Amino acid sequence: MNQQTALRTITYRGAVREALCDALRRDERVFLMGEDVGHYGGCYAVSKGMLTEFGPERIRDTPLCESGYVGAGIGAALGGMRPIVEVMTVNFSLLALDQIVNNAATLLHMSGGQFNVPLVIRMATGAGKQLAAQHAHSFEGWYAHIPGIRVLSPATLEDARGMLWTALEDPDPVLIFENNTLYNMEGTLAEDAGPVNIDHAAVRRPGRDITLITYSASLFKSLDAAEILARDGIEVEVIDLRTLRPLDDATYIASIAKTHRVLIVDEGWRSGSLSAEISARITEQAFYELDLPVERLCTAEVPIPYAGHMEEAALPQVDTIVAIIRRMMDNG
Amino acid sequence: MTTLDKKHAIRLLRQMLLIRRFEEKSAEMYSATKIRGFLHLYIGEEAVAVGVMATLTPEDAVVATYREHGQALARGMSADSIMAEMFGKKEGCCLGRGGSMHLFDAATRFYGGNAIVAGGLPLAVGLALADSMQGRNRVTCCFFGDGAVAEGDFHESMNLASLWRLPVLFLCENNLYAMGTALRYTQANQDIAAKGPCYGMASAVVDGMDVMAVEEAAHAAVSHIRSGQGPYLLECRTYRFRPHSMFDTEQYRTKAEVEEWKKRDPIELLAERLTEAGLFNNEERQSLEQDVSAEVEASVAFAEAGTWEAVEDLTRFVYSERRKV
Amino acid sequence: MGDFCMPSLGADMETGKLVEWVVVPGQRVRRGDIVALVETQKGLFEIEIFADGIMGEPLVQAGQTVPVGTVLAHFQSDQESSRTDEDLIIPPPPVEQQPSVPEASSEVLPPTPQVKPVLGRIACSPSARRLAMELGVDLANVQGTGPNGAIRREDIEQAAQHQKIEQEDDAPGRGLPPETTADETPGSAMRRAIAAAVSRSNQDIPHYYLETDIDMSRPLQWLEEENRKRSMRERILPVVLLLKAVAKALHDVPDLNGFWQEDRLQPKTDIHIGFAVALRDGGLIAPAIHHVGTRNLDDLMQAMADLIERTRAGRLRSSEMTDSTITVTNLGDRGVKTVFGVIYPPQVALVGLGRISERPWAENGMLGARRCLTATLAADHRATDGHKGALFLDAFNRHLQHPEAL
Repeated sequence: MNQQTALRTITYRGAVREALCDALRRDERVFLMGEDVGHYGGCYAVSKGMLTEFGPERIRDTPLCESGYVGAGIGAALGGMRPIVEVMTVNFSLLALDQIVNNAATLLHMSGGQFNVPLVIRMATGAGKQLAAQHAHSFEGWYAHIPGIRVLSPATLEDARGMLWTALEDPDPVLIFENNTLYNMEGTLAEDAGPVNIDHAAVRRPGRDITLITYSASLFKSLDAAEILARDGIEVEVIDLRTLRPLDDATYIASIAKTHRVLIVDEGWRSGSLSAEISARITEQAFYELDLPVERLCTAEVPIPYAGHMEEAALPQVDTIVAIIRRMMDNG
Repeated sequence: MTTLDKKHAIRLLRQMLLIRRFEEKSAEMYSATKIRGFLHLYIGEEAVAVGVMATLTPEDAVVATYREHGQALARGMSADSIMAEMFGKKEGCCLGRGGSMHLFDAATRFYGGNAIVAGGLPLAVGLALADSMQGRNRVTCCFFGDGAVAEGDFHESMNLASLWRLPVLFLCENNLYAMGTALRYTQANQDIAAKGPCYGMASAVVDGMDVMAVEEAAHAAVSHIRSGQGPYLLECRTYRFRPHSMFDTEQYRTKAEVEEWKKRDPIELLAERLTEAGLFNNEERQSLEQDVSAEVEASVAFAEAGTWEAVEDLTRFVYSERRKV
Repeated sequence: MGDFCMPSLGADMETGKLVEWVVVPGQRVRRGDIVALVETQKGLFEIEIFADGIMGEPLVQAGQTVPVGTVLAHFQSDQESSRTDEDLIIPPPPVEQQPSVPEASSEVLPPTPQVKPVLGRIACSPSARRLAMELGVDLANVQGTGPNGAIRREDIEQAAQHQKIEQEDDAPGRGLPPETTADETPGSAMRRAIAAAVSRSNQDIPHYYLETDIDMSRPLQWLEEENRKRSMRERILPVVLLLKAVAKALHDVPDLNGFWQEDRLQPKTDIHIGFAVALRDGGLIAPAIHHVGTRNLDDLMQAMADLIERTRAGRLRSSEMTDSTITVTNLGDRGVKTVFGVIYPPQVALVGLGRISERPWAENGMLGARRCLTATLAADHRATDGHKGALFLDAFNRHLQHPEAL
């Protein structure tokens, strides 16, 4: 980045909104559709004020019918539009799972390459705000199972601002998962921040002793843990996956070749999870680099409880990350 | 039906006959294991697809079901490309990736063969939304069966299309059975057309065995849509003469019922009407049969001569190849 | 005459039971007529005929269960006289017509990692295990400090350091095998034997020494790629490449491979390389690896591993003690840069291999870091002169630069 680039303070929510407005201004085929995106201003206030600028055609409130409006988004994409469909939370997206899996992900293939679906679906994910067991789950790992779609997980302000446009330029369906705890996160962003790549994982903190693979909100817990461990001389290399499908194996495998140790922090449940997939890939591709078994820190296998202390106990936390890495380093 | 335009009527008859013979040949090819997977035949329902398609323009779009060979043929897709697709050959409309239930064709704006019951309805809404937002006066015609009416997607799509006044023709092929379960066992209110007004949508019922009646009703529906009055639900009461799919012993209906419906065979109904009006004779019938039979036989030969897609290409079409990086 | 076959009514139908013939032989049937009833796991089906014609004699009787495609009866199609159109009759299932997926699909499926038992019961991290092989550390002698006593990289690094120090301590005996058989116990007897041999060598053989540096980037890179295709057990060590290259170079310069006997050089056709093995209790033996020139790398790797194991266990064959036509001493894994060896009579040459390490390397006016090896030749001046020796080292280098041909 240019040294002279001016920085401004912005929230994650603001960065997403800026990305949306930018996309709507850039391309008249782009429109935003979803529950409460217009008159209410977005469940997480992301699209607040946008109705006024862009009007009800392009900031389109939908009834509560996830399957219907996600399917309509697919159809509109087939019809030449560039829809951004907002689903309030990943839990609700299960009502549209059929449309995403059986239509969005398969049409290109079933039609022998004739019909691609340039659709972007955004949704909130993750726990941490005491929203309990029907609003707080992390199913992005499930979606990462499906060939035919791309799955993005912007954690930083740059990615919240930059991934959307790149996703809209992609000819195939892209799902963007925004962790609900990040919307209020404030930081600095370049005045001219723009599109970013959606292909590569990023090393967010270099280190020689252990590789920590994570994504989304867990990235910040991981970075905090790395900071604490650095005081003890343990240098953690923190990798932000950014894109959950297709996974950028090369970045984390290269890191493991250096550190020989790895911990995966994933807010999804452990069984059959994204962390399981990554662990398997490490064994397939970097077995002889491993000096310790691959370790995982995931959300406890329980529906997310309401009570704050229980929810906190269920999720990966900084002190747990620190403890696990200390133990791993003690063992070599 | 008021007047009989011979040329047009013969064209409709030929299309229905082509579908019938094509379907019979498909059953034969299935029995001979040339075609695999599921095979759902349209025999008995030909008047619906043929009558409706006659009212659409090439710019309009069609979203179809998994019993869609008839819809595809009536829309103008070639028998060759459909047969080859069912043979799994590279020369098929989808290179053999889709098969019987997933026929697609960009050239005729045929958006598939959808094998999730009601799965195509939201797509049709979206296609119409795209037309509406881009100011194009086009209709999206969405076929579905009586089974789909029980699905949430039906209700969600009816509501969305009506709410946004989208140019969708919801075309229900009511053949009385959702696979092997009769409508009376699945619907509290078996009057499907009546569900239109619930969503503020115009609707009508038509005899789906009478191709001229279907065409007339569809024409009225399409005119309503094109004039900007919003979507339309057209219920065509029809009947499939064949089992649901090849592997079906038809325990759920009587032979007598099937025979009763066969008396109203859409092909014979039209042929008789034309004959009575002195517009059609045995010789013409023979020649039509030969013509259609030749087309069907040619499609088999085309499919037989087709090639297999290279296995090295297995993972193509998962993501677009023209992606910007 | 065509065939009426047991039809396939679904992808999951494999057989059908003919329950009843609805028609009799000689009966005229029309396309679409029901001719038989067939029972499947889904129930009773009426089976139609797809052509007009006359039914022939049944070949399958009611009550019989037959596979899909079995001819149930012959059938005389009306069309047969006008055109031989057998399309109208169900042909038997074309089993061989499906594309041969299994062969090709193995190319598109991700490779399944080979699961082979690794070296016994020692708990060791995969990374440490590889490092141990690279550094020549025997896992049996390493104390693990990882979870449950598992050996980790650091343990190997320490063990290697230790080994290096030990080797430097007993350096004097390097390069020469004793004139004894392996069943003689090591120790003072061996020491004495070594002493006698080196003394005789030094006395009788006018040695000359040549030294050259070899860029090992290419051979090692090739080897690493090769090894990626192999399981841990099957991996090839760099020293095997070097042995094979020695053999190839000897093929080019045969005068270094042989014996000095009866005051003349007696070159040998077969290349048996004596490979110096350090014994745990001290001392050295250089048993022969036979026919190095004609064996492939995998074979050599196995032969070497086997030889080292048997040498240390004291189970060598006598021929292995006497057949060597040249000796190679490799002290590279002991951290030595250059080895100037003592020839083992009646042989006429000894190749010394040092440590492969990253060193500054200038090429085309550019300075870069390369993995390098210092190779030496100690040769008997009675048998050859320096020119021959230089040709040999040059050939050795040349062969190493084409590892794929080794």
